[in-house]
Amino acid sequence: MWDNINVYFDILHKLLPAGWMTIKILVTSALLTYLIAFIAGLGRVSQFSIIRTLTMIYVELFRGTSLLVQMFWIFFALPAFGVEFSAFWAGVLALSLNYGAYASEVVRGSILAIPKTQTEASIALNMTRWQRLKLVILPQAFRIMLPGLGNNSIELLKGTSLVSLITLGDLTYRGLIIQNTNLSYTVPVFILLLILYFIIALPLIILVRRLEASASKGVAKV
Amino acid sequence: MTKNPVQNQPLVKYEKVSKKFDDLEVLKGLDLDINQGERVALIGPSGSGKTTIIRMLMTLEEPTSGIIKVDGTPLWHKEVNGKLAPADENHLRKIRGDIGMVFQQFNLFPHMTILRNVTEAQVHVKGIPKDEAEKRAITMLEKVGLGEKVDAYPLQLSGGQQQRVAIARAVVMQPKIMLFDEVTSALDPELVGEVLEVIKEIAKESDMAMILVTHEMDFARDVADRIVFLHGGLIEEQGSPKEILENPQSSRLQSFLKRFLSTT
Repeated sequence: MWDNINVYFDILHKLLPAGWMTIKILVTSALLTYLIAFIAGLGRVSQFSIIRTLTMIYVELFRGTSLLVQMFWIFFALPAFGVEFSAFWAGVLALSLNYGAYASEVVRGSILAIPKTQTEASIALNMTRWQRLKLVILPQAFRIMLPGLGNNSIELLKGTSLVSLITLGDLTYRGLIIQNTNLSYTVPVFILLLILYFIIALPLIILVRRLEASASKGVAKV
Repeated sequence: MTKNPVQNQPLVKYEKVSKKFDDLEVLKGLDLDINQGERVALIGPSGSGKTTIIRMLMTLEEPTSGIIKVDGTPLWHKEVNGKLAPADENHLRKIRGDIGMVFQQFNLFPHMTILRNVTEAQVHVKGIPKDEAEKRAITMLEKVGLGEKVDAYPLQLSGGQQQRVAIARAVVMQPKIMLFDEVTSALDPELVGEVLEVIKEIAKESDMAMILVTHEMDFARDVADRIVFLHGGLIEEQGSPKEILENPQSSRLQSFLKRFLSTT
């Protein structure tokens, strides 16, 4: 199977445009995921109980049900209620709402991990609620949430393969088509898929490590 | 000790202030006045309510009942149509600006340099331009002996140094009253002296009022105009340092001081 290197190049050539689609889905949903994560994460620690309750319902609803079913709902079922999305936006929306729910727990957890004494110190300096959050709590919480959010975005990348099931031409979708048309390509297709997903994940992994290093500057080693 | 001419109105007035934590009544109807520029040391066994007294003034704990007035204005209450309603955050912020606090555990911001620790609130809370705020911060840090550490991060400093930064951070905001919550309790014994010296120095140079919760009797004697001995959520005895430390009247104060002196 390794004898014909040309087969690999041939398949790679067909897969690359689909890789671009996967990256587009990944980047769009990642941005939306973190936006949602921050809004929901802050909502979970809001001083208003109504906001806390609403965001909790959202988080538990989207964590507690299957991502694939959510995607099917948005793409296949919502049109029945007059709400229609393209396959791309249906996929992005489902991914973002689902991973945003998980990531919001990371945001919430890291905000709660900052000792109460930090809030007390900023109250003693008469900072407003927003200043306490912006100047004191979030910069410290951010450092704690980076590894979690990094993992989350790598998970998200792998989750993007589900969009192949709502007809979106991503890596997995294209790979399955190539494999279906020529079953002898099965092994090369899946080897290449693994490698391509890993190559896309690699910058994420490096980025997270960089961010961790720069964000931990303030915590000096004694 | 420099002092403002004491005005008729006390700077801080506790009126029948009680505080309950669940079933535990920490303060039982405290009445206490702090005058402009006055230095008051709070002493007493643990659980006597000393720390709660200053935490309520710093708006970190809400009294269960009673009224605390700062410059005649109720702190935790707002007058609405002649009636007292619970204060909102805006009201608390208005009064809180007159109050500063130094904590037992320093509570510096670990992600900021020393300079930013002392600059940040000046800029964002008081609206002082950054250049000027930094100048003031450096002057203040030099005063507490840390002029060379401006670029360090808190965790690179010793406990005593961190606590001196915390003092600078609070004093640079120029409050009318400073609260010190057992500021040397978390320090190694050899670091206690440098922190107490800095507080004495600031006490000498400024006319801020101070409430000092402390276990350091010599320090209380040096700095305080008045010592208040608390026991079981009430004031048991108060008076000048001389009266309290050398001629205690109540048997509780006598035994407290005796126990205290025998352990140090």
